[in-house]
Amino acid sequence: MARANNPRALIMSGYGINSEMETQEALMRAGMASDIVHINDLIAGEKSLSDYRLMVFPGGFSYGDDTGAGNAYANRVRNNLWSDVKEFLAGDNLVLGICNGFQILANLGLVPAFDRDYPREIALMPNRKGVLECRFVTLKPAADNLWTKGISHIYCPVSHGEGNFSCSEETLKRIERENMVAFRYSRDDLSPAGGEYPYNPNGAIADIAGVTSADGKVLGLMPHPERAMEFVNLYDWPVRKERLKREGKPLPLESMNMQFFRNIVAYFVE
Amino acid sequence: MASYVHRIEVQYTRDPRLPTRTERFRSLGFPLRELHLVDVYTIATARRDFSPDELSQIGAQLSNPVVQRYSVDRPTEAEFDCAIEVGFLPGVTDNAGTTAKQTIEDYFGFRFGEGEAVFSSQLYLVCGDLTPESLQRLTAALANPLVNRVHVRSREEYGKKGMDAITPFVHLHDLQAAGTVDLDLPDAELARIGKEGITDPGTGERRGPLALDLAQLHAIRDYFRGLGRKPTDVELESLAQTWSEHCKHTIFASAMDDVPRGLYKSCIQAATNTIRKEKGDDDICVSVFTDNSGAIVFDDEHLVTCKVETHNSPSALDPFGGALTGIVGVNRDTIGFGLGAKPCINIYGYCVGDPETEPALFRGKNRENPILPPRRIFEGVVRGVDVGGNCSGIPTPQGWCYFHDRYVGKPLVFAGTVGVMPRTRNGRLLHEKQALPGDLVVMVGGRVGKDGIHGATFSSEALDPASPVTAVQIGDPITQKKFSDVIVKEARDLDLYRSITDNGAGGISCSVAEMARESGGCHVLLDRVPLKYPGMAPWEIWISESQERMTLAVPEEKIEAFMSLMKRREVEATVIGTFTDTGRCVVEYNGETVMDVDLDFLHDGLPKKHLRTEPVETVYPEPDVPRPDRLDNLLLAMLGRKNICSKEFISTRYDHTVQGGHVLGPVQGAGRVQTTATLTKVVPGSMKGVGLSQGLFPSYSELDPYRMALAAIDAAVRGLVAIGVPLATIALLDNFCWCSSDEPGRLWQLKRAAFGCYDGAVEFATPFISGKDSMFNDFSGFDADSNPVKISVPPTLLITSIGVHPDVTTAVSMDAKFDGDLVYVVGETGEELGGSEYLAHLGIEGGAVPALDIEAAKVRYERMTDVIKKGLLASAFPVTHGGLLVALAKVAIAGRVGMDLTIPGGMRPDTYLFSESLGRLIVTVAPSDREAFEEIFAGDAHLLGRVAGETFRVSAGKTLIEQPVTAMETAYKAPFGGY
Repeated sequence: MARANNPRALIMSGYGINSEMETQEALMRAGMASDIVHINDLIAGEKSLSDYRLMVFPGGFSYGDDTGAGNAYANRVRNNLWSDVKEFLAGDNLVLGICNGFQILANLGLVPAFDRDYPREIALMPNRKGVLECRFVTLKPAADNLWTKGISHIYCPVSHGEGNFSCSEETLKRIERENMVAFRYSRDDLSPAGGEYPYNPNGAIADIAGVTSADGKVLGLMPHPERAMEFVNLYDWPVRKERLKREGKPLPLESMNMQFFRNIVAYFVE
Repeated sequence: MASYVHRIEVQYTRDPRLPTRTERFRSLGFPLRELHLVDVYTIATARRDFSPDELSQIGAQLSNPVVQRYSVDRPTEAEFDCAIEVGFLPGVTDNAGTTAKQTIEDYFGFRFGEGEAVFSSQLYLVCGDLTPESLQRLTAALANPLVNRVHVRSREEYGKKGMDAITPFVHLHDLQAAGTVDLDLPDAELARIGKEGITDPGTGERRGPLALDLAQLHAIRDYFRGLGRKPTDVELESLAQTWSEHCKHTIFASAMDDVPRGLYKSCIQAATNTIRKEKGDDDICVSVFTDNSGAIVFDDEHLVTCKVETHNSPSALDPFGGALTGIVGVNRDTIGFGLGAKPCINIYGYCVGDPETEPALFRGKNRENPILPPRRIFEGVVRGVDVGGNCSGIPTPQGWCYFHDRYVGKPLVFAGTVGVMPRTRNGRLLHEKQALPGDLVVMVGGRVGKDGIHGATFSSEALDPASPVTAVQIGDPITQKKFSDVIVKEARDLDLYRSITDNGAGGISCSVAEMARESGGCHVLLDRVPLKYPGMAPWEIWISESQERMTLAVPEEKIEAFMSLMKRREVEATVIGTFTDTGRCVVEYNGETVMDVDLDFLHDGLPKKHLRTEPVETVYPEPDVPRPDRLDNLLLAMLGRKNICSKEFISTRYDHTVQGGHVLGPVQGAGRVQTTATLTKVVPGSMKGVGLSQGLFPSYSELDPYRMALAAIDAAVRGLVAIGVPLATIALLDNFCWCSSDEPGRLWQLKRAAFGCYDGAVEFATPFISGKDSMFNDFSGFDADSNPVKISVPPTLLITSIGVHPDVTTAVSMDAKFDGDLVYVVGETGEELGGSEYLAHLGIEGGAVPALDIEAAKVRYERMTDVIKKGLLASAFPVTHGGLLVALAKVAIAGRVGMDLTIPGGMRPDTYLFSESLGRLIVTVAPSDREAFEEIFAGDAHLLGRVAGETFRVSAGKTLIEQPVTAMETAYKAPFGGY
């Protein structure tokens, strides 16, 4: 397999993961081919993680969020695929977890992963309001890394019941010191949300929406850029369109969020 | 029997939900300081015990060390005054328990066996001085006695021991065989069997209503006389299911007055047939009425399906479970359409009582079995669709709530699903299916228990503590998600089966017998059906309504591949028989034939009825409405009416962005106003989208059911037209939720409404593609003094519209955009206040229900499509409940902009502003587009004023309203602000 020239993404599915198809679509539009693979096919050895360069845990409600969002799916990974995953992490590969995927990564300890022991150090607790929150949020990049390159802001939905980022003060300091906060919730004008609802939709400390691993190759992100790939997916596109129209400007087809996926693909091309 | 029982308790060290949870219960009137929550897992095993070390490992698997702590066989230590533990009764679906079990199995590499399980429960630790009454009320608010067990302990009783470890296993002892039933009885005794059910030979008690009337029982008796034997209980229960109102829709199907073919054939189906014929090559219908959903053309490669169901009775008893099974049930109508469509949009609708009232109504005398208060029902059904829709990964953008006091005893819960599928795959038309003789009958999904047997017949008798709950069901969306994914994303396209259908009402008795019509017969081995617990009688297995199951016809040569795929996706699949061409439905249990009935008799043997109606004369004088001077306060009051104000807390709780197709969502504009229509992309890469809208006017029904139906159709159609969906692509779905349909007056109203449906559909050329009816939405019970009370829902017709948007980039949202834009009302306003929100607000009955000039509306809607296509509209919004003023206010609030409006003279301003005349839309237009816009609409568009500033002004010679838009937004959002 011409791995180096033709990097493929593996998109995890099964047990209530539900955003695998739009995640595949986003990667495809950014120029990366992928396979949606049921976790049981990896466990049974029918597919191999080592054939891929990017592993994605998409959004969903694996195991119905029972025993804590992402916890049961993470247990299934740890109990059955752990050595494969560790090997994958050691290579020049990337791992992305969106929403439920981030919850899985947090429970697996793949973020923040200060060392290779992967203890759980961050948690995505239930939202302050205690219910699922589905709305568009604005994200501002908080670090300059492979994931955030060239992004001024992301405007996409959150849709989760447990996205309230939490960790010890010590962990928070270290995450911030090592520039591991990738995205923060912000106001429309990109000033900090300051914990204020609904800009910060869940109560996450320090407005954290996404963090990377210490080595930068793993990203966990609560909001869903793959759900707003197109201009017409944006919450406020009708008023944006009307403004563009009156300024005599053409309508874009894509949204600003596609840059996020392009960055991922670019990593493998370089 | 489990010998080893352990209890693991998991608690957040600092629960982020604590303030919200406490505040919520304080707002319900409980004097709490704090309400803590502990998750409990009770692990029961028989063959092996876990060591303390292993139990610690289990605790670690079930909790998160960063923010939680757990304890094993040791009570949670905390400051509190009282502990309330809420668990499930035996046999109730316990999803968290199942997940915990799977995690333990995976971790230790062993399987739980029979009599071993993990049970989840929730322990509430209450801080606060509650009186015994208040504690009892709190318990009632936390648990539903139909599905939950509750265990209460004071701090002293809790002591150092904590709560007991309770393992709600189901115990059924005697293995039950099939018996025969003697129908050679006097009519009175026969009728009793129909009403109360077969007498169980074991217990001597009646098994619950068959809902068969005397004529039907005679037909059954005569059939078996012809066979020279008595029917078995399996046969009788099976016929009762197949012939039920729910399955055969006898009221809609029977001859009525001078309508010999019945309302369904003469009004609903006839409308569709007429339209399809007239449209010829432009026919949009692909599959109508025959399958689990209806389907229309989406594009050359795809079709979209739609089905809307109701789940009313179960939701009255267990609102959460009722609504949850409602939404996951209708998802199966999508998966079970053709060879399987992918569910891509969910729809909801709730008719409930005013949540601020707590009527004292009881199902039994002497204040026994009180109804659930409206707020409890409302919050429960909202949460049910939340869990069902969100966990299934299906967006739920489209829906509404409607409040009326006559829904207190029987709420209406509508749940719908849109599906998408390729039109062909592997050379097969995917909307067609055909089980062939020799194909295997395969059941996939959940196991069978006593759930839902005899529907939601409410039992007031004390339940045996170890008997399973039968009346209500709680769905398991993840089990369904697993088979949904493997069927519509894998097995279908591998060509592994020939037919599929949902197990809904009547369970496999209906699904298998229905599919048997395709091949010409079936032979089922009932003892092969996997059960949740042993000890069920054959008739129970046959008619059980346990959730999350589908039945498929798998050709023998594909069975190995099919079963292997299911196994790899951890979906339970079992061969339970064979489809045949014998013309018979044969069921065996442990080698004995327990059913052998002609398919023709099973499906078509029920005797015909001829229903008679009596006109209901309603004469309401034109109401005498006091003439207001200024309308500011009225405007704010109307915006705060429950049927008009924001219920945004539902929209944000329901994921409406999953699958990535969000275009126009449930709330729009900077001011976030709830809309009537939504638009969703369902095929990536296509410019097309699926528009959905709905119309419902129960307040018109008693005044004029014919106009009520036209109003519902018009509103549903107009909602779609406003976002740019052309009339020619729109199809309709009908949901009749009637009351007392054995009364000639109610049947007359039904007939009038059905005539309205025919006329509306045919005139707009929008075909019906699917529908469902529920005919007896009546509550019969008692008031606090044990006086009998009957409360019937207002005759309710929901029309759902689905249409294909040709290019979503041209779609128009509801919010006004920029200062200076022109504000128009398109269409004519008449003095039509009958049944309006305005008169309801004033507490006045009467007046003329809006009439519809369909000819004019049709021309108008086609012009709308034209101006939207040309990009001439900045916003558009249909005028419905609350009339013109409410619609204008919503458009302004959504845009967070003011308006300067002048209304024409000639009509009383309040009549003009609150009349609910049909066919109207509010549109805003950029000044530069004025000429082009007015040229198309000519005299049908009436300029009212301009978008301007931050104040909403309306005048008619003098100022009527002058309000900051922010004040209007507050009024609009206040009523449900605390939800």
